[in-house]
Amino acid sequence: MAAEKAEMDKLKKECDALRTQIEAARKAVNDGSMSASAGGVAGLGRIQLKLRKNLKGHLAKIYAMHWSADSRQMVSASQDGKLLIWDTFTGNKLVAVPLKSAWVMSVAFAPSGNLVASGGLDNICTVYNIKAASPKTLRELDAHTGYLSCCRFLSDTEILTASGDTTCCLWDLETGKQKTVFTNHIGDCMSLALSPDMNTFISGACDSLAKLWDLREGACKQTFSGHTSDINAIAFFQNGHAIITGSDDCSCKMYDLRSDQEVITYQDPSLNAGVTSVALSNSGRLIFAGYDDFNCHIWDSLKGEKIGVLSGHDNRVSCTGVPNDGMGVCTGSWDSFLKLWN
Amino acid sequence: MSSNIVAMRKIVQQLRLEAGINRVKVSQAAADLQQFCLQNAQQDPLLTGMSSSNNPFRPQKVCSFL
Repeated sequence: MAAEKAEMDKLKKECDALRTQIEAARKAVNDGSMSASAGGVAGLGRIQLKLRKNLKGHLAKIYAMHWSADSRQMVSASQDGKLLIWDTFTGNKLVAVPLKSAWVMSVAFAPSGNLVASGGLDNICTVYNIKAASPKTLRELDAHTGYLSCCRFLSDTEILTASGDTTCCLWDLETGKQKTVFTNHIGDCMSLALSPDMNTFISGACDSLAKLWDLREGACKQTFSGHTSDINAIAFFQNGHAIITGSDDCSCKMYDLRSDQEVITYQDPSLNAGVTSVALSNSGRLIFAGYDDFNCHIWDSLKGEKIGVLSGHDNRVSCTGVPNDGMGVCTGSWDSFLKLWN
Repeated sequence: MSSNIVAMRKIVQQLRLEAGINRVKVSQAAADLQQFCLQNAQQDPLLTGMSSSNNPFRPQKVCSFL
């Protein structure tokens, strides 16, 4: 008993010492602010994008959307119990996938365009072959003990999931089994994003932390703090060196991976709504952030200024995405519509 | 062995890992991010804009002779 208490005290002391050491190391490299050094960069002025298409088809709240790698097709998920695959050039619906469980929270398109995956309160990630004559369930990935909040394909044979059970998981689609379980968060994992080089991924959770993971080692490499509430959305900056997060604390943040710290906060006193989703334009200069206030606000990523807004939805913007060719931005909402802007 | 101790050891081990990384100066990181944005600005259609003939989401208006 006494020996255990002694070891516990020793460990707590070491814990505190390491935390202090990390903070000191971060401070030591914090030799200038991002927004200050962006003082020399020309401002963009007001960004005004036009609504190009209003996609009607879902009958209930839309919770998620994901662009296909071809920048033309897009998949959306609604609690009406359907996934819809759209041709965004024509506005036509190409495929409807009926879901076993209507409580869907996430959807993903495989880079090949052959598969889509979805999951939600059923705790299962279901993978569908959409190239078959009618959508065929390929796999039901069932091992999480909490809801499925996010999923992303690495290829037709591997998929990453994030769950309310506080873990992320890499699955082998050929066997349907878990390859690696990523454990370290102490709150529900809400979102994940793959690095451009596919060696690492980042996760955001209800413990208000963002974590960087090595995909092959299975280890957490870095932890980013600063948010004061759940992180709902996370994205990689295209050069792989920075990440953007969106939180219920009404702010977005950029963290630089190499400096291991927050470098800008995107917040505005007039914005008192949580951030649900984030997406970046192709140069990384524009951040599209979906909010509970029914809008998608546009931020200058370097200067930290709000420079535009996409207004038109009649309910919370739940998901946002920019296709690989960067030609537009899609917003999905609890009002059951998806809108395309550029 | 108390599970609290096991958990605490894991936390300490993780912190040791995270404490050990090299950190780049924020001024350098900021400069690199800026350079990336500026270099890629011309390839960012949402910044540069596009003509309606190049706009994939703009409905094509077709003239037909009746």
